Amino acid sequence: MLLTVVIFLPLLAAAVLLAAPRLTGRAAIGLWIATSAADLVLVGWMWWRFEPGTDASGVVDGLAYEADLQWIPTVDAGYHVGVDGLSLPLLALTGVLFLACAVYSLREPDRPRTYAALFLFLQTACLGTFAALDLILFFVFFDLTIVGMYFVIAGWGHGNARRSALKFFLYTFIGSLALLVGFIGLFLGSEERTFDMVALAANPPLADSPVAGGLVLLAIGLGLAVKTPLFPFHTWLPDAHTDAPAAGSAVLAGVLLKLGTYGFVRIAMPILPDAWQRWAMVAVVVGVISVLWGAFVALAQTDVKRMIAYTSVNHMGYVLLGLGAAGLVAAADEGARTVATVGAMYQMVSHGLLTGALFLLSGWLWSRGHTYAFDRWGGLARPAPVFAACLAVAAFGSLGLPGFSGFIAEFQVFTGALQASPVATVIAVVGILVTAGLFLLALQRLLTGDTVAPGGTDGDREADADRTGEAPAPAVGGGATAVVAEARTAPRVGDLRGHELISVVPLLALAVVLGLFPRVLLDVLEPAAVAVVELAAR
Amino acid sequence: MTATLAALVLLPAVGAAVLLVSGRRADRVAGPLAIAVTGVAVALAALVAAGRPSVSMPFLGIVDGGDLRLVVDGLSAVLVVLVAGIALLVTVFAVADLPGDAARARFFGLLLLFVAAMLATVTAATLPALLLAWEVMGATSYALIGFRWDQPGKLAAGTRAFVTTRAGDLGLYVAAGAALAATGSLVLADLGAAAGGWADVAAAGVLVAALGKSAQLPFSAWLSAAMQGPSPVSALLHSATMVAAGGYLLLRMQPLLAATGWAATAAAWAGALTALVLGAVAVAQSDLKQLLAASTAAQVGFVVLGAGVGATAGGTAQLVGHAAVKAGLFVAAGAWLSALGTKQLAGLRGAARRYPGIGAAATVAALALAGVPPLSLWATKDEVLAGVQGTALTVVGFAAAVVSAVYAGKILAVVLARPTGEEVLDEEEPGTRQVPLRTRTVAGVLAVFAAGLGVLALPTVTDALKTVLDAEDEPSPGLGDLLLSGALAVAVLTLTVLGSRARPAVGRALERSPVAAWAGLGHLLSPRPALAVARVLAALDDRGIDRVVRAAGSAARQVARLAARADDGGIDRAVTAVAAGTRRVAAASARTDAGLVDGAVRATARAFGRAGDAARRPQTGLLHQYYAQTTAGLGFLLVLLLVVRR
Repeated sequence: MLLTVVIFLPLLAAAVLLAAPRLTGRAAIGLWIATSAADLVLVGWMWWRFEPGTDASGVVDGLAYEADLQWIPTVDAGYHVGVDGLSLPLLALTGVLFLACAVYSLREPDRPRTYAALFLFLQTACLGTFAALDLILFFVFFDLTIVGMYFVIAGWGHGNARRSALKFFLYTFIGSLALLVGFIGLFLGSEERTFDMVALAANPPLADSPVAGGLVLLAIGLGLAVKTPLFPFHTWLPDAHTDAPAAGSAVLAGVLLKLGTYGFVRIAMPILPDAWQRWAMVAVVVGVISVLWGAFVALAQTDVKRMIAYTSVNHMGYVLLGLGAAGLVAAADEGARTVATVGAMYQMVSHGLLTGALFLLSGWLWSRGHTYAFDRWGGLARPAPVFAACLAVAAFGSLGLPGFSGFIAEFQVFTGALQASPVATVIAVVGILVTAGLFLLALQRLLTGDTVAPGGTDGDREADADRTGEAPAPAVGGGATAVVAEARTAPRVGDLRGHELISVVPLLALAVVLGLFPRVLLDVLEPAAVAVVELAAR
Repeated sequence: MTATLAALVLLPAVGAAVLLVSGRRADRVAGPLAIAVTGVAVALAALVAAGRPSVSMPFLGIVDGGDLRLVVDGLSAVLVVLVAGIALLVTVFAVADLPGDAARARFFGLLLLFVAAMLATVTAATLPALLLAWEVMGATSYALIGFRWDQPGKLAAGTRAFVTTRAGDLGLYVAAGAALAATGSLVLADLGAAAGGWADVAAAGVLVAALGKSAQLPFSAWLSAAMQGPSPVSALLHSATMVAAGGYLLLRMQPLLAATGWAATAAAWAGALTALVLGAVAVAQSDLKQLLAASTAAQVGFVVLGAGVGATAGGTAQLVGHAAVKAGLFVAAGAWLSALGTKQLAGLRGAARRYPGIGAAATVAALALAGVPPLSLWATKDEVLAGVQGTALTVVGFAAAVVSAVYAGKILAVVLARPTGEEVLDEEEPGTRQVPLRTRTVAGVLAVFAAGLGVLALPTVTDALKTVLDAEDEPSPGLGDLLLSGALAVAVLTLTVLGSRARPAVGRALERSPVAAWAGLGHLLSPRPALAVARVLAALDDRGIDRVVRAAGSAARQVARLAARADDGGIDRAVTAVAAGTRRVAAASARTDAGLVDGAVRATARAFGRAGDAARRPQTGLLHQYYAQTTAGLGFLLVLLLVVRR
């Protein structure tokens, strides 16, 4: 019941927002923040009461807050939700990121009421996907996230938003169809003909038909690979990110990408252990290619957001490397495989926090200059020291510096995966060097050198217009042109504003806390990782 | 005692966090706070060196050694004291040397973080702890080198330093994986017992990481860029920390290196060759800080050589002695840079005479650097070389020792010369023309250590050090070796000083040679290949993969258009045709209907009508006609009857 409330509370608030057209923008955003905060508190409460267990726990047993209702009895699909060590961290991440986005959007000028409703809808879809223990339910929520994000990009994006949104929608939607085919394959292959994930994981289908199992894994893998995204299915990502609003990008990178990797841990590995073991090397190779491809292509980008988007491909590659290594049962002992899996799962949370922060920070660039191009910005540490400090911290976190959550993830992925696939891991390690280079280069370009900023900024123009408005009427025209000319010659860029700071700093602080005191998260994650590794090794 | 060790690392770390978060508001208290913290750290270091505690904090799980474990053994005991001591002295120097308007909170915050990381590095007992401290140190060095980010090139130098050292750090990540594979744990001490292929992988990883951090060949060039940092940063990074960390790691992992066989040899050669090549680079420099940087790599080369040949006591002694010497020289170079505004050797002519206090300290340190007896590096270098076996390696080692006398002599020849009054001053920044008392004091203390550590030549002192380090059976140099090397150093030093006076053209020719540009080592670390690869891949991504996706999209549209055309032109036309056909058939059948069926019906009707008309004709109403008709009828019947009857 509590879990259901957590999932549907945002949807309820969204309905309220849509039903009250006369609500002011600020009140709508206020309701959004309040709902997200309440939801986060509830997730926190769930975390507090959650017993992670000591040994293997989760996936097939030790599920908390379970609810199981009949929905489509003819195919045994139900409203089955529950929480274990796999899903709880991601539920919490969703809560944190959506709250951060809500706070960040405090001053959203464009149709704030619909915007808030859309995000609340999206939050329900994301929470539902992570909590779902039924394939059909998972699929429904999974697709709803695509729909919600489509409208966010198309409606509130900039640049070529319609086209990017359509590309995003079509690409990921086709991916989800592959996923559906795979789910139907699982249903048909299962003995008791069910879509229930717990039952399927307890008694894995298609265990004795490698070809069918492989094909089903291929379908599911394709669907998840598009969402994750993995090389070579990643090209929707940079476009979608570049044209999405900052909060949309943060949610897209922070939460939606995790649906893909979460699917691998929750569905592919425990339900198709045989096929996963057989094809684990493919996951490793795809992971390593994603790592290097994402890193190198990011290095060459001339646009801040595209760069961050490609680093997501890189970071998700580590996840696949770790999960693939966990499937190489014969090559590595269980300890190493578990370490790799823990690292991969830690990476999901870590990437959500750090990339979310990076995208919110890149939104500052757009709001001040309507461009993400590196060559239009420079020397920002002078006018905006707080922004510079936050960006530097986020960049160092994202490049995997110890002391941040990314290190805990990547260190464990590498350490655990080396035994299983030494060559691939040694190649993948180079990824953290390239990301270090590209983030430091980005800091250098944006923060140092002569202060450069494109044109005047919106906030400044408004302020100046106010000032000239007080002047005698004849001077207004001349004053306005003077303002524009002045803005062009001497860009003045305001530092991070309060709500931007309040949304970004907690994400960074959490990344540091999880980097220095990882037990907070590991105590929950490790039993579930042990369970996944055991299930995948059957 | 456990708490003491935890405090030793946490106190600077927390101090750093406070200063960094407070920002410029804390500028005024930053200096005194940093001095206080490092001062306390010295006391704590002394306590833990005596008590040898260990402390552990839960960190990673699943496997043994995932915790953050700090352990103080003999080697760590020596190093914590060294690191804390140098940190205190450099902090005092920094308070005096930094310009008044500098962002002191940021500087001292980073400095304290850096010191905390170094202290954790030299006490770390598990790989996660080591790697955490190791990389945080690298990142703080980036921020410290790029401290004056608003000046062009400074942050780029930091980037270069961080990326280069991180290239080495990758080795530690691999080593951690290999350790887990080989021993099932991440405890550093277990790694020495590893065997087989994984031990080779681990040793290779450790070696690469250490060579990167210590700026050994082929990674040396980042040190040159690192000279962009403020003088106190140089004094700290290139003495007891950062570059020392690589040497420390190899000393610590000596059993692992020795177990593989090849790794120890590789380390020894890397160290010896660095000592020689970077020594030559140092000789060719015309900038004092660049000279000192190259000589740092060269001197740490002796530490690496010591670790390679198994002379851990000698290597440790060299590390300590070099730290004091080099910190002293960098303090002097920094003081002169602030006072005279230049670090070019040409401009520093007679600098020691202009400021005799710091000049005396620098002279002592430079003499120690040359290996002149009875000063520190004379004793420690011989201690290292005593462990060297094999002719080739010995020759390279001795040659490197000779080269160090040359570059030390080059410094002395310049700074002790009589100033001509024609020196170009204020070349890099406006000089203050004074050296603060605190700077002189710091340099003096360092000079005392640089000289005093010469006691390591005494067998009793060396044996005590070996007991501390658990290295009793390592060889020590004989008296003959010591005398020979001392005499050699003095002779070479004298020759260099005299030679540079008599034939200055030789020095200038050297400064124009490629060796002066760090022997082209910078090209090895060039980011250009990576950037080129990145551009190619990005182009592939845009024009290859994404084009395929877009092509798939437009292909789908093409198919749709074809389908639409097929729909319009085929199916719909068929449907239309069927309809038209039906209409035509209908029309035809309508025509048939109207022409034939209906015609027949109407013809019948007409026939009936006509028959009716005909039938009406006889009904005239005239009786005589009816009679006639009846008669005709009856007659017809009669005839018919007659015909039928017959």
